[in-house]
Amino acid sequence: MPLNIIALAKQVLDPETPVSAYRIDRQKKRVDTDPVKKIAPVINGFDENAVEAALRIREAGNEVKITVLSAGPGFVTDVMKKALSMGSDEMIFVQDPGLDSISDSTVTVQVLAAAIKKIGAFDLIIAGRQASDWDNAQVPLGLAEVLGIPCIPVTRKVEVKDGQVVCERVIPNGYEVVSAPLPAVVTVSNELGQPRYPTMRNIMAAARKKPETWTLSDIGIADLSPKLAMLDLFIPEKQSRCEIIQGEDNNLADAAHKLALRLREAKLI
Amino acid sequence: MADVKGVFVIGETAGGQLDAGSKELLAHGRKLADSLGEPLSIAILGDSLGGMPKEAIAFGADTVYGVTDPVLKEPQPDAYLAALTKLAQERSPKVILVGKTPLGTNIGPRLAFRLNTALAQDSLEVKIDGGKLVATRPVFGGNCVASVACNSMPMMAVVRLKTADPLARNDSRSGEVVEVKPGLDPSVVRTRVLSHVEEKQEGKRMEDAEIIVSGGRGLGGPEPFQKELTELADLLDGVVASSRAAVDIGWVPYAYQVGLTGKSVAPNIYFAIGISGASQHLAGLSGAKNIVAINKDANANIFKEARFGIVGEWQKVVPALIQAIRELK
Ligand SMILES: Cc1cc2nc3c(=O)[nH]c(=O)nc-3n(C[C@H](O)[C@H](O)[C@H](O)COP(=O)(O)OP(=O)(O)OC[C@H]3O[C@@H](n4cnc5c(N)ncnc54)[C@H](O)[C@@H]3O)c2cc1C
Ligand SMILES: Nc1ncnc2c1ncn2[C@@H]1O[C@H](COP(=O)(O)O)[C@@H](O)[C@H]1O
Repeated sequence: MPLNIIALAKQVLDPETPVSAYRIDRQKKRVDTDPVKKIAPVINGFDENAVEAALRIREAGNEVKITVLSAGPGFVTDVMKKALSMGSDEMIFVQDPGLDSISDSTVTVQVLAAAIKKIGAFDLIIAGRQASDWDNAQVPLGLAEVLGIPCIPVTRKVEVKDGQVVCERVIPNGYEVVSAPLPAVVTVSNELGQPRYPTMRNIMAAARKKPETWTLSDIGIADLSPKLAMLDLFIPEKQSRCEIIQGEDNNLADAAHKLALRLREAKLI
Repeated sequence: MADVKGVFVIGETAGGQLDAGSKELLAHGRKLADSLGEPLSIAILGDSLGGMPKEAIAFGADTVYGVTDPVLKEPQPDAYLAALTKLAQERSPKVILVGKTPLGTNIGPRLAFRLNTALAQDSLEVKIDGGKLVATRPVFGGNCVASVACNSMPMMAVVRLKTADPLARNDSRSGEVVEVKPGLDPSVVRTRVLSHVEEKQEGKRMEDAEIIVSGGRGLGGPEPFQKELTELADLLDGVVASSRAAVDIGWVPYAYQVGLTGKSVAPNIYFAIGISGASQHLAGLSGAKNIVAINKDANANIFKEARFGIVGEWQKVVPALIQAIRELK
């Protein structure tokens, strides 16, 4: 019996994009991209870490089947396929236009839980610590509650031993080794380390795979019931008030000297 | 079921004391309770509570639920969650506030789902508007701000630390202390902590520091963190911090990271050296009073946030700054 791992992955707008490329639709309360400087979609960074964590469990000598699950309004298959090219086995999209701009984790959890029910048996769900669009950091925790299983959030190492998941959980000044019985949910953070680059062989193998796409009715959901209402969404105005300190003849040591004096004058040091 | 009423905050303890974040939460909670005209309660959990209930009342609570149980000896998320679910079901508060701490971000969302309600994450501001809890929160890595209203009871929010000052301590305030014995079954604890490793032994906590000297990818390697940055920090009685880029490359451990997925800090001066000022980094700096940027790129975003800036290579600026400050002392 292989260990069935579900890796959750969300398609998000590239979080490293400068805010100047953002356009906000205040009516619909969603972030659109500038028609010229389009923001490319990517797999949420921490979700690549989640796939990486699943692959490392396989490399530790376990027989592992990795299913990537994603819910959203629309997918750029080439972008999402990176999770397959990294070495995952299967990919399932739950696609519905109603999932557009969903910032309410209640809805996401409702959808993912129903999809997981349809997938059937699983041992471990690995998710990212947060999705870089709404920064909610709560879908995996909610999912664990709905499924009635333990959850270990924000980890940097994930191992499976004797029916337990053993993790290094990141805490403010170090880490804790934490274990929970399977099935369980864990979330991973970037301290896990760089996600691998797909190898040519895995890219070829992934090219032959076709993600399966489910609709909401395929997973038995008739309607979505949000519990949070978005009242407003905006880009905060920023006024620069920076005093740039220059040295005599652009001498940097002199600038540093003046800075020290300014800090003293302002009674900051 | 009792009336749905009142504001609840979830207290956290450190070394047998109510922690600073709980006092900030009480200040947020007091404002909400006053605008609802309803009482403010705090739940404090542990195996024994000592002087904490009196302390909580002095900082603004009307009622303290002192929840004691042997299973609560360690702040175990599973045990906290079981006790808090029971308490919230019995007392049916209208609003529950949780701090953005490792424990709070773990149990807050889970409590919301157990209570069949929703939670606004990472809120900078919470208020009551039209009877609803409305939270203001950064989204998209801090590039945008959203305002969200809770439409189900209890209305819950995780509140970022350092977004309110604790109320002035008033030891003559009166309040009620209610003892709660949840009688937890030890089997509620499913996740077990096997060991605890501190990687950064520091004199001062970054969260409490008045001066922070922080470095980013622009430093070019780990040495400047040990040398120039530490020297500057020591001189000013401050601590050294970093951006995530420096953590990801392995120059400093995660404990140094400031930002959205690192620490939130509120120093009087934050020196940002070789840090570009990405929104996710700035997300940890909303409480910083003065940012001093040293960056060789005049267009770096950090200059939009800084009060003082020098455009230039840190290698030339920082040693001179150390020397100048030494001379001023
Ligand atoms: C979901 C998510 C969460 C994140 N969380 C965090 C977080 O918590 N904290 C965080 O910091 N980041 C976080 N990030 C990453 C963030 O987006 C940036 O990538 C990161 O902050 C950049 O770090 P940096 O400024 O050190 O590096 P860079 O952006 O590479 O900037 C380096 C700067 O150094 C300057 N420089 C280079 N050489 C010199 C020199 N000799 N002298 C002076 N200046 C020089 C350059 O001009 C540049 O401005 C997160 C990202 C995501 C997507
Ligand atoms: N729509 C989604 N589809 C798949 N996984 C998701 C989705 N939303 C959230 N997740 C997972 O949950 C993690 C935390 O997301 P969030 O709670 O939205 O910040 C993400 O890193 C993903 O692993």
